[in-house]
Amino acid sequence: MAVQIIQAVAFFAALIGIWEYGSRSLWWNPVLVPSPLDIGKYVIAKTGDGELLSSCWVTMKRLMLGYIVGIALGIPLGLLTARFKFANNTLGVIALGLQTLPSVCWVPLSLLWFGQSEKAMLFIVVMGTLWAVLLATDHGIRQIPPIYRRAASTMGSSGFHLLWHVLLPASLPHLVSGTKQGWAFAWRSLMAAEIYVTVLTGYGLGHLLHYGRELHAMDQVAAVMLVILLIGFAADKAIFTPWERFLRRRWGLSV
Amino acid sequence: MSLQDELLNAPPAKLQVDHVSKSYVGNRQTVQALDDVSLSVGEGEFVCLLGPSGCGKSTLLNLIAGLEFPDSGFLSADGEPITGPGRQRMVMFQEHALFPWLNVTDNVLFGLNLKPHLTTTDRLGVAKAFLEIVGLTPFANASIHELSGGMKQRVALARALAPNPQVLCMDEPFAALDAMTREQLYDDLQKIQQKRRKTVVFVTHNVREAVCLGDRVLLFTPRPGRIRAEFKVDLPRPRDINDVAVAQLASAITAELKGLLQQSDAS
Ligand SMILES: Nc1ncnc2c1ncn2[C@@H]1O[C@H](COP(=O)(O)OP(=O)(O)OP(=O)(O)O)[C@@H](O)[C@H]1O
Ligand SMILES: [Mg+2]
Repeated sequence: MAVQIIQAVAFFAALIGIWEYGSRSLWWNPVLVPSPLDIGKYVIAKTGDGELLSSCWVTMKRLMLGYIVGIALGIPLGLLTARFKFANNTLGVIALGLQTLPSVCWVPLSLLWFGQSEKAMLFIVVMGTLWAVLLATDHGIRQIPPIYRRAASTMGSSGFHLLWHVLLPASLPHLVSGTKQGWAFAWRSLMAAEIYVTVLTGYGLGHLLHYGRELHAMDQVAAVMLVILLIGFAADKAIFTPWERFLRRRWGLSV
Repeated sequence: MSLQDELLNAPPAKLQVDHVSKSYVGNRQTVQALDDVSLSVGEGEFVCLLGPSGCGKSTLLNLIAGLEFPDSGFLSADGEPITGPGRQRMVMFQEHALFPWLNVTDNVLFGLNLKPHLTTTDRLGVAKAFLEIVGLTPFANASIHELSGGMKQRVALARALAPNPQVLCMDEPFAALDAMTREQLYDDLQKIQQKRRKTVVFVTHNVREAVCLGDRVLLFTPRPGRIRAEFKVDLPRPRDINDVAVAQLASAITAELKGLLQQSDAS
């Protein structure tokens, strides 16, 4: 473990060192490729005046709202398609189709429907999350070995008890990987949405990225990219690592 | 007492299986898993079903459990037709069927939690007592995947016994156990069955096991699955599987079983 950490730190230190050296020796145009020092300066300055933090906050609020709505719709709808043939032949087919659609594709439609508004953002994030979660739930329920249901029913479990204490936990490995995939889609679609949709109700990270490009402020662009990367990474660890640890401990799975 | 009296005063059967047939339609062929099987099990009786692989023993247990339904014929428990699974008929499946998302204790608690009129402390107490019986107290908090095959079967036994069902359907429950543990569990099962007057239907491949545990041993033959012979075991309890009397009866039954199988192969 310690060796791994040292290796990683050494690698990134070397990388940043070479990058900084390259920038100073003008191996490339510093306007196009800002130096690590400039990026660091931007981050410190913008954190100091609160702009970066407030953008992070705006973005996270949108992401969480859309993600929660996506899950709250996706799981029950997935249960429906797994349970009822009719739902599977209708909604299930729609889900399969729309899941293959990159969520950026929703941006033009969303703009037409909702205008430059928070609603448009929400819609795009929900569309990014919903179908992946729906399909994962559906698949998770279908792959449950029938013996679990039989064992539970001989012990007197049925209806809501069966759903809550057997079907949902039995499909947990799929639910976790599905919501994780949903998270990745939500995050990507929100960034796309923020770059395209300019709303006056708050500048998110995507907007900072967009204006950085317009102003040719490459230190801003690179710094915001770095922040986006770190948030995605941290959220992934914070939300999914505990679940995956639980799955590993209980199921003995390597997910 | 005359035979007539005996018949008149016979207690009502706990389980009644009347002319039951069941077939499975596969892709290429139809398998007649059970063909006109009738049997009746008295209250507190221990019946062993013995027969080669594929003769419909598990199918019969599933029908008794109410998990599947016959093509024709009729099944009842306590005089009531069996229309679905019921808590009074607990099943211990051939595969352990434990829930991987629950630890050992929570698996045993699953059925108990569905019984009303018990406090949480009572439930936990019962679960602990049965884990003690099957010798798994040190593994009370272990995950299922951390257990060996035999330990899983023991948890499944504790889970089936804990809610105190009247009827216990057991499908080769001890096949994966080592001889020592198995003999221990033969003892425990006989004790529990006698003390609580449980009605047990027990499936096995092992003739000695059947003779050791059963009040009655039923011989099945395959394709189509039928009951071909029946033996009463009148040995005193508790029985030991290594007992000479058990061994003698077992070899007599084995000889008969071989004869029956040759017959059905010849026909
Ligand atoms: N769900 C099913 N679908 C199709 N065929 C089945 C099904 N269940 C059982 N069968 C068939 O019915 C027959 C009896 O099966 P069953 O599981 O009752 O046998 P068994 O006596 O329990 O065998 P074993 O001792 O190997 O467990 C077999 O030939 C099997 O192939
Ligand atoms: Mg079987």
